[in-house]
Amino acid sequence: MILTADTTAAAISTAPVIEVRNVSKAYGEKIAVDDVTFAMPPDAILGLLGPNGAGKTSLIRMITTITVPDSGEILFQGTHLNGYHPTQIGYLPEERGLYKQMYVGEQLLYLAQLKGLSAAEAESRARDWLGKFELEGQWKKKVDELSKGMQQQVQFIATVIHDPKLLILDEPFSGLDPVNANRMRAEILRLHASGTAVIFSTHRMEQVEELCEYIVLIDHGRNILQGKVSDIRRQFVENRYRLAYHGEALPAALGERYELLNPTVSTVDIQLKPGEDGNDLLRTLLALDIRIQGFQELLPSLNEIFIKRVSVVD
Amino acid sequence: MSNLWLVVRREYVTRVRRRSFILATLLTPIGLALFVVIANAVFSYSNDDVQRIAVIDDANLFKGSIPDENGLYFKFVDQPLEDLREDAGEDRDYAGILVIPKVTNPRSRNYRVQLLSDETLSIDAQSRIRNRVEDALREYKIEALNIDQATLASLDTDVKITVRSLTTTADGESDDRSMASAIGAGIGSVMGFLMYISVFVYGMMVMRSVMEEKTNRIVEVVISSVRPFTLLLGKIIGVGAVGLTQVVAWMIMIPGMLFLVGIFFGLDADPGQMPNSPDMNPEEMQSMVEKLTGGLADLNWWIILPCFILYFLGGYFMYAALFAAVGSAMGDDMGESQSLTIPITIPVILAFYIMMAAIQNPNSSLAVWSSIFPLFAPIVMPARLAFDPPLWQVLASLVSVFLFAAAMVWMASRIYRIGILNYGKKSTLRDMGRWITAKY
Repeated sequence: MILTADTTAAAISTAPVIEVRNVSKAYGEKIAVDDVTFAMPPDAILGLLGPNGAGKTSLIRMITTITVPDSGEILFQGTHLNGYHPTQIGYLPEERGLYKQMYVGEQLLYLAQLKGLSAAEAESRARDWLGKFELEGQWKKKVDELSKGMQQQVQFIATVIHDPKLLILDEPFSGLDPVNANRMRAEILRLHASGTAVIFSTHRMEQVEELCEYIVLIDHGRNILQGKVSDIRRQFVENRYRLAYHGEALPAALGERYELLNPTVSTVDIQLKPGEDGNDLLRTLLALDIRIQGFQELLPSLNEIFIKRVSVVD
Repeated sequence: MSNLWLVVRREYVTRVRRRSFILATLLTPIGLALFVVIANAVFSYSNDDVQRIAVIDDANLFKGSIPDENGLYFKFVDQPLEDLREDAGEDRDYAGILVIPKVTNPRSRNYRVQLLSDETLSIDAQSRIRNRVEDALREYKIEALNIDQATLASLDTDVKITVRSLTTTADGESDDRSMASAIGAGIGSVMGFLMYISVFVYGMMVMRSVMEEKTNRIVEVVISSVRPFTLLLGKIIGVGAVGLTQVVAWMIMIPGMLFLVGIFFGLDADPGQMPNSPDMNPEEMQSMVEKLTGGLADLNWWIILPCFILYFLGGYFMYAALFAAVGSAMGDDMGESQSLTIPITIPVILAFYIMMAAIQNPNSSLAVWSSIFPLFAPIVMPARLAFDPPLWQVLASLVSVFLFAAAMVWMASRIYRIGILNYGKKSTLRDMGRWITAKY
């Protein structure tokens, strides 16, 4: 299975699904969100990143209409957020749970009806979804009697049962075993492919690289970085190449000419100075008659960018 | 379907079908009936310890016989005291010896009899023996002093006070106000007590419901679909409906159970058997019952009942909202709730004591002002309703209760919307005060 966002088929509409304009929010003295602006491209999975306490949850709560901004505005497909929009949004909060004393089926019906589905519609969708996760038999079970993983799946179903236009997932994979995490990831991608916009909030960078095409990085309430993942990585290139080679030790001349990093028995990273070029390096390598097995430019991982940017601001 | 209705239904259904709710609803009347049966059994069988008393009646007060009663048996003996005393070995015949000396002076107000016993006679037995001797001595003195029984009886006049309201017409035959005020006190205290209990029980239920959603972490999911105000209101209405269900079930089941108990154990058949029942002859009983039913029929039920329901609603909403606000401000630990609930419980308890005082003096200024002050009114005013308070007081009180209840619900919703998302630490009263005015 290809687990990238590139499989997107449908463009939702020309207006950004969510557009955040100069939004600020303070709780007493503490400024949680400070003049954040971004627009969510229609066909992307947006990664909302940031360290703990950066303001991600505060921002999400405003998008989900739980709270309202102190200043600035939020548009949903071009219109200001209003009482209708909660039915268009599916929100899986980081702090989540279910009614322990309610039956699984009943619980899904309740949450789906709150999102505006009719009782009959809610029931047929709930049964469909439970089937998808092989939970058909759990309809009459109390949530308390389910395993942790099953509870997470029921929670996910409750989030998507009303077929939202926008799905907001706050650390969706936390507490999931790899099998269930994969299943959920597949469902997220399937929903996205069928036209659901997804905001994916996390501080787990490997998940972002896997899923998101577009990121917004928040730190101390400020939006410090945003754009396409590929553009951002290119923006942070450090002119560094990785060489994989055969045979004996590298000639000393190479070490005199370039700075060598992270040497192993068969690879080495080569740092170029500003103005130097990968092709020149390659020519040098050929001239030195090194038996090249692989040669690639090193792009920084999101994790490196994240750490770099966040600590720079600190 | 509207979200408010969905929330109300969920609160109601999940609570009413809970085993603990069903048990409490069913077992309370059964437990009460059981209590009546046991209490009755305890009172009627406490005297199976038979005590025989030997009586040496030198004065011949009793003319040779005292009727036995409740475990006390009297036996008149001719033997001199010394013989009886010697008899008193291990297996003696008598628990005690009652020695009644000759009456030397019928005009003396002092008289002393001796009761010799190794066992400790109960205070009850002692007082019964004393009463017997007093009654017999009275009869004896009447005879000895040549007093006419009829003359003597005419000294005891039974004075009754007939209280009539100034507004009733003179020929109104059934406005026996003394009875009405007794009935008013009875009904008032029952209603006041009911209010007091339901405010606590169901207010706490709302608080637990709020805390449950907060600690379960479901609340954030729910309020991404429902406005916090709707959720709070639905919760209060739903739990209120649960409370109403329980109260109505009890109102039907408790009299029913007591009736059944009465039939099977015959407890009500003989009121004389009940402990401490006043000596009352059948005619008096009859007229009491008539007055009671007359008095009950006389009350302005068409004012009292609707008012009671209004006060129930107003008081419940007011306090449930406060409990909900406190519940939302609480951390994950139920144990630390104490310090935040105290400010709510104090007015409730105060109102309860004022209510007791108001029943004694329903028109005192304390009673009047407390029944208009909104925090006390829902408990104090229902207790006064049977005393026919002036209309302006009822209206002023209702208006103040409902305005205040609405204000409390509004205030609670301000605290609630922030409190439920404030995980982890317990909040202080000052935090809660800030949340009321904080921007959404």
